[in-house]
Amino acid sequence: MTADAMAPGAEIVLRALKAQGVEVIFGYPGGAVLPLYDALFQQNHIRHILVRHEQAAVHAAEGYARSTGKVGCVLVTSGPGATNAVTGLVDALMDSIPIVCLTGQVPTHLIGNDAFQEADTTGITRPATKHNYLVKRSEDLARTVHEAFYVARSGRPGPVVIDLPKDIQINPAPWTEAPETPHRSYRPQTEPDAGAIGQAIALLKGARRPVVYTGGGVINSGPEASALLVEFVRMTGFPCTNTLMGLGAYPAGDPQFLGMLGMHGTYEANLAMHGCDVMLNIGARFDDRVTGRLNAFSPDSRKIHADIDPSSINKNVPVDVPIVGDAAAVLRALIAAWKADKTKPDARALAQWWKQIDAWRAVDCLKFTQDTKPGSIIKPQYALRRLYEITRELGRETFITTEVGQHQMWAAQYLGFQKPNHWMTSGGLGTMGYGLPAAMGVQIAHPDALVVDVAGEASTLMNIQELGTLAQYRLPVKVFILNNEYMGMVRQWQELLHGSRYSESYSAALPDFIKLAEAFHGKGLRATSVDQLDAVIREMLATDGPVIADICVDPKENCFPMIPSGAAHNEMLLGPGQARSGAAVTDAGLVLV
Amino acid sequence: MSASTEQRSATISVLVENEAGVLARVIGLFSGRGYNIDSLTVAPVEADGRRSRITIVTSGTEMVIEQIKAQLDRLVPIHKVSDLSQEGPYLARELALIKVVGTGEKRIEALRIADAFRARVVDASIESFVFEMTGATDKLDAFLELMRPLGLAEVSRTGIVAIARGPKTI
Repeated sequence: MTADAMAPGAEIVLRALKAQGVEVIFGYPGGAVLPLYDALFQQNHIRHILVRHEQAAVHAAEGYARSTGKVGCVLVTSGPGATNAVTGLVDALMDSIPIVCLTGQVPTHLIGNDAFQEADTTGITRPATKHNYLVKRSEDLARTVHEAFYVARSGRPGPVVIDLPKDIQINPAPWTEAPETPHRSYRPQTEPDAGAIGQAIALLKGARRPVVYTGGGVINSGPEASALLVEFVRMTGFPCTNTLMGLGAYPAGDPQFLGMLGMHGTYEANLAMHGCDVMLNIGARFDDRVTGRLNAFSPDSRKIHADIDPSSINKNVPVDVPIVGDAAAVLRALIAAWKADKTKPDARALAQWWKQIDAWRAVDCLKFTQDTKPGSIIKPQYALRRLYEITRELGRETFITTEVGQHQMWAAQYLGFQKPNHWMTSGGLGTMGYGLPAAMGVQIAHPDALVVDVAGEASTLMNIQELGTLAQYRLPVKVFILNNEYMGMVRQWQELLHGSRYSESYSAALPDFIKLAEAFHGKGLRATSVDQLDAVIREMLATDGPVIADICVDPKENCFPMIPSGAAHNEMLLGPGQARSGAAVTDAGLVLV
Repeated sequence: MSASTEQRSATISVLVENEAGVLARVIGLFSGRGYNIDSLTVAPVEADGRRSRITIVTSGTEMVIEQIKAQLDRLVPIHKVSDLSQEGPYLARELALIKVVGTGEKRIEALRIADAFRARVVDASIESFVFEMTGATDKLDAFLELMRPLGLAEVSRTGIVAIARGPKTI
């Protein structure tokens, strides 16, 4: 198409999407997006996946984006379509997932008149997005779509909304190619400053008790960043821990990997963070779930923080060496500078540090006891361990999504992630109902892979309508429910902090998940005792279609280790039967979430 | 960076793309993250009207002010963020329109003080004046204090605009 060719706005939008590499769009039609749906009907480049709720469209796009590294794309109508999408947008904002969400809007001449299905979408989504646009002139349309994709994927990725009034979708609009010139104002720095890299290397070479702590930024930077992280960690001999969002960047099971850190992180990871003398943070943001009580966080360390978002640096924790840059670029620079610097690291101190870490490891903080006598109740940790072992045996490419709560933390603890982009979870926002739609999006992107939504019975009901989407598109997602008949994490906090008063946290009147699966044309399975577990897992994995596996687990099980809110890393609660190093929750901690 | 709890005031100049919603973005950032706005002014500053300049006076610890600047800087339509109070000497001015209502001695006294403060009379009636005054915030405050017993009826202030001294630009 030539630069001055005109076409209806809806066609221009789809051309721009195609030019931006969009292959799939998750959406739900409505009055204000009918022209776009009509244009979708008349083309074959972009596949539309009809979800059952707009929140699920965004989560599906998140799963798609996080498992492919591409920008996820969403299309919803005005008013309730847009407001339903808001939770997904904030989720993507908190976890830095690139999304472009097209929302319909009432025609420009009706904006502000409280028209049918009108909402102030740009107003509502302003704090819910990285950026948003309302297109009021047809000549801005193509440029805006191109720009939205640039903004969504550049720097720290995030969701972008384009609000499209219906007349703009209908009226002729000019086509323009994506600009080749840099954006007029948004140009994030990706290459790190050489001076900062030099300071970082000086600290790292002199470290006696170092730790490398990485987050979602390494995943977002692309698989190369994870490969560089492995190279750097192996080269230095340093211990490495990942945040919840960063799991998979460093292969679990590697001797230098300490597991996840934070509130439900491992004993060794948290104590290494507490006791280190030099901390290298790459692409993590010192989130409160990671730091615990701030004034007791890693008190004796010099801190290096590399992040593509300068506002993440010195936000919660003051650091000694700030490095602004993309994780892969930073790691590449660190590797080169480490090699170029002839200083010998203190091998004896490092060996001593590893000895200490091994002693912490010997506590075996993820130990649990499963009674294997037939008829015994299933421990949730055991269910996940078996899921992990059996999927590994099968050797299929496996993607895991989760809902939010205990099962999510257990999944993070017990499923050893080997590769980046294979683990999708709602970290920042903690959105119950994320896992099922996210799994849909992953499965659309990877039709031949095994996609398992590790779920809780309460969370998964929050977007259970998506079983319809699974059926329609024959998406063989496996919903693996650790059913403890409680909002487990709420119950755990009520037990530990509120005198075991289980206020409203019991999952009463649960559906029969087998019948529920069947009602949506899938298969339902159930395991109520330990001897049934393996067979259910194997049948679930062997089934060529959507499955709900209802794994009835011990309702009383708590998720340990745990750093109670307001406590420090060295005040962790360990599981029953293990020594407690921790203190009780303080009044100051009680107000924290 | 130190985690000092000492508060300071900061005058921040922000050059922004002059597009719909940009001011809402800036204000939303401050309210959403709980930062103070002591004063905020905005107007287009380029001949083609494509860019506006926002001047924000805020306060907080050093860490908070650094955070405010970083948060502003990552907004998509923002071109430049400059902490004038940190980057050398600068000028900060505000303009006020001040209505004083009264008659007799008080009216004469008001006029005399206005003259001393170099406030201009921009409107007058038999029983009122509107003064226009430009200056540093404390000068305006001092003038308003003196006008209070003389029939100060209404004030409209612009908030602070600021610029660095010398040849350096934003």
